[in-house]
Amino acid sequence: MKAHLLFEDRDFDFSAQPGPFDEDLVTDLGLGILLRTMAQGDRFVLDVSRRVLLRSLTDPAQVLYRQAVLRDCIAQEEMVRELYALVVGALEDKRGLFWGMRSGSPQTNLHGALMQLEAFVVRLRALRRLAEDHFGKVRSAGFQTLFKSLARDLDDEYLGTMSRHLKQLGFRDGVLLSARLDRDNSGIDYVLRSPAKRRTAWRERLGIAPRTSYSFTISPRDEAGANELSNLTGRGLNHVANAAAQAADHIESYFTMLRAELAFYMGCLNLRSALLRRGAPLVFPVPEPSNPARFSCAGLRDAALVLEGAARVVGNDVDADGRPLVVVTGANSGGKSTFLRSVGLAQVMTQCGMEVCASGYRSSLHSALFTHFGREEDESMRSGRLDDELNRMSAIIDATRRHALVLFNESFSGTNEREGSEIGRQIVQALLEREVTVFFVTHQFDFAEGFRTSRPSTTRFLRAERAADGRPSYKLVVGDPLPTSFAADVYRRLGGFDGPRSPHAGNRSSDAAPVFDAEGSA
Amino acid sequence: MEGAQHDGTPAFGLLGPPDRAVTFHDERDHAADLRLDRIVSAITRDQDDPEELEALYFRRTSDVETLRYRHEVFRDLDDAAVWDALVRFGASIREVRSHLFQARAMRVVRQRQGWTLDAAAIYCSAVRELATALGELRLGSRGLVGFRRYLSGYAASEEFERLDAETAACKAALAGISYCVDIDGGRVTVTRSGGEPDYSEEIESFFERFRQGAVRSYLVGYRVWPGMTHIGEQILDLVVRLYPEELGLLARWFSVHHEGFVDPGVHRFFRELQFYVSYRSLLDPLSAAGLQFCYPQVDVSSKEELAEDTFDLALADTLVSAGAKVVTNDYRLGPDERLFVVSGPNQGGKTTFARTFGQLHHLAALGVPVPGRRVRLFLCDRIFTHFSREEDLSRLAGKLESDLLEMQATLRSATPASVVVMNEVFSSTSLEDNRFLSTEVLRRLLELGCLGVCVTFVEELASLASPVVSMVSTVVPDDPARRTFKVVRAPANGLAYALALARKHRVTYAQILERIP
Repeated sequence: MKAHLLFEDRDFDFSAQPGPFDEDLVTDLGLGILLRTMAQGDRFVLDVSRRVLLRSLTDPAQVLYRQAVLRDCIAQEEMVRELYALVVGALEDKRGLFWGMRSGSPQTNLHGALMQLEAFVVRLRALRRLAEDHFGKVRSAGFQTLFKSLARDLDDEYLGTMSRHLKQLGFRDGVLLSARLDRDNSGIDYVLRSPAKRRTAWRERLGIAPRTSYSFTISPRDEAGANELSNLTGRGLNHVANAAAQAADHIESYFTMLRAELAFYMGCLNLRSALLRRGAPLVFPVPEPSNPARFSCAGLRDAALVLEGAARVVGNDVDADGRPLVVVTGANSGGKSTFLRSVGLAQVMTQCGMEVCASGYRSSLHSALFTHFGREEDESMRSGRLDDELNRMSAIIDATRRHALVLFNESFSGTNEREGSEIGRQIVQALLEREVTVFFVTHQFDFAEGFRTSRPSTTRFLRAERAADGRPSYKLVVGDPLPTSFAADVYRRLGGFDGPRSPHAGNRSSDAAPVFDAEGSA
Repeated sequence: MEGAQHDGTPAFGLLGPPDRAVTFHDERDHAADLRLDRIVSAITRDQDDPEELEALYFRRTSDVETLRYRHEVFRDLDDAAVWDALVRFGASIREVRSHLFQARAMRVVRQRQGWTLDAAAIYCSAVRELATALGELRLGSRGLVGFRRYLSGYAASEEFERLDAETAACKAALAGISYCVDIDGGRVTVTRSGGEPDYSEEIESFFERFRQGAVRSYLVGYRVWPGMTHIGEQILDLVVRLYPEELGLLARWFSVHHEGFVDPGVHRFFRELQFYVSYRSLLDPLSAAGLQFCYPQVDVSSKEELAEDTFDLALADTLVSAGAKVVTNDYRLGPDERLFVVSGPNQGGKTTFARTFGQLHHLAALGVPVPGRRVRLFLCDRIFTHFSREEDLSRLAGKLESDLLEMQATLRSATPASVVVMNEVFSSTSLEDNRFLSTEVLRRLLELGCLGVCVTFVEELASLASPVVSMVSTVVPDDPARRTFKVVRAPANGLAYALALARKHRVTYAQILERIP
């Protein structure tokens, strides 16, 4: 029995080790707030959502499968929440029946397993009822398959037989084991035999057939002997106790699996209502095959920024179809990093079947997604910084296959511009030749200009613009890199080091907090 | 006990031609400096007769014939089929030995009989299997061909065939026994079993549909003790009454064969084989890590030497088991070249180079494969080593004196056929003194014409005379954390910091193209 809500044909592997780049992705893209919003305090939902988000799908059909399930969840929200509650309840029953299995004997393991199984039978009946009641209302292949399998695998006959087995496993009349002689002539291969009628043949009882049965009885005071017999019984029950305990575990893990697969969609519902509340647009993205590289978006927003409650989150429109390299240059604090993050987030969300925060989004599914963001905290150790950057780069290269996506943010600035540009040029050039899609935010003119001259038609150049008043618009436009950075502007607008914004500079008593515009236009 | 008792088969020997008189040098003074002690203990640690084996690794010879004889055996073992057959055989004999040990400790007679019978069964099938396997394999070595002739004689002997047949018959009879135990309270009933269905399977298959991949096992581990409880004995007694013929057969088998069934010739082969198997076991993980070994071309007259992709065996063993990369080195001594002077940055592999050189000369004289892709070596008579030991630095005066005394002794004993390995010797003296003393020593070694390595920071020594070859250790100049461990003839050249770093991290244009398929 399977709960294939995440994949049409297999379970999601929730036990997979976290990937080596997961932490970077979470930090660089601001996945933390996204996940917290999905979880709404439920740690299980948080954990599941994190795992699902970080295991990207690469096949458009898989993405569409999840999108369909998510559409059902949106349409039948109440049913989904009821189902989730039922499953959580079954798992709580089990937790209530604590018994120490680790050090147990087969006899005690068997006893504990029977108690669990009896509780599960009740929940399984309820589950089947729910499936029958809602079968007509779901449209997605995922839910239809789930409900069908519940009705088929948990029919009355099966549940009845289960109750009968649970009774028989009590072994009121002792146990019958078969055995063979080991190489040292002690007993081995104890196998529990079906407790059929054990009767001696009449010919034998009359003494006219060879005797096939001998007995002995241990003395009631023979404690060692009694222990040994219980030991032997244990050996015989070992496999059946194991089978019963594993059955309880399997049913538990069925419920756990069901809970986990539902949890992701619960998270999607939670996120959806949070984003809608803040007036952000949501759209089901259009997944495209990895080759040729496609990317276009309209009104793309940084979902993390929206959730943080930022007042004015600007949407970007970009068309980079057929352009596997996107280079973003321009003003500091002009929205370059925000744009890069919005691309990364939308791509992660697309590749796990979620809606994205945009009015339109169409993108290739990449074989993997990597972020290489300059780590500013290392600024103090300048000598080690480039080393660290290259080290992370090398780790990314190890994992990179064709059709991956790499997002660079001010990378290789741990050295002077000439050297940094050269390193960056070599790396990006090689990645492009291996059909990797690259988004590169940089203030290194030398680097950006190099690609403008060498591959103008397959590169999309975006620039962070400023409005006429000199303030950043946070909106990116198509534009070639410019040799000057706008850092000087920002510096000037903030009033320089001697300006009135500095709290300790103090003596210009006149106007308290000059509006940026006033300074900028001065 | 040489096995000539079977149809007059000739004697065999795995370690050298059986009829050849050979001189061995047995000395260990250089063992610690060259880390040979570590290599040998790594080799012998898990073997059956470690001391006997250890002695073999310190018995060097210049007898080219014996070395070739051993190379032949090693070459045969390079054939995976030969190797597998012999390793399987070794494992079986080891099992036979431990079974017999177990049997002697048994109190219940039927248990002792059981263990002994099982040992004999393992022994017979090991002998048969090996005889068959060797018969089908293409063997090139005189050592293994000789043993094959011996073994096929033994396997066809009447003595072995009888043991084999009787053991098999007895085993088959016992394997046919199957009984049931019915436990109801304190009453135990033993019957011949009659095909009742397996109830555990029934339960397992009923719950099959819930299976969600692997779950933990609730099987309780029952330790099997070699002895038997009184309940076990009582049950066994009842089984004997149910199956009197089968257990009677076992008693008769035991009274005939006891535990003396292992042929002395087969057992000697097992012991000599350890030399090859143990060494190969050391090499296997290293080969798997991409390191290469070869059969050195050895010579007692020419001192021209060559080693490609060679390395320190002790260090490689440590590095590979820690998952680290091993750096290999090349060297060459031309017809008139005799001494390496190794200088250059510290921690760059100089000492390792010196050790490697010494180890090669030791290993080559054992007849084993040596580290390297291609190696040609002079077979030396003795190996002298002088390594500065830091713990001695507290007694500087005493140290210089003992250094000088040791060096004197070496210079007196060394012959033109010797190898001398010196590592930072005299480093506790002043530069001036060091230069003077080292020059004196090197002059004498040059006069003698022996081979050697001198690791030193006194760079002038490298240009002392034409038989001296200068080698230099190299590190990445801007990144001392990463040493190359390469020791080369030419000095390293500096590269721009950033690109050198990019190259170090393998992220240049060309490197990335190579890394992403």
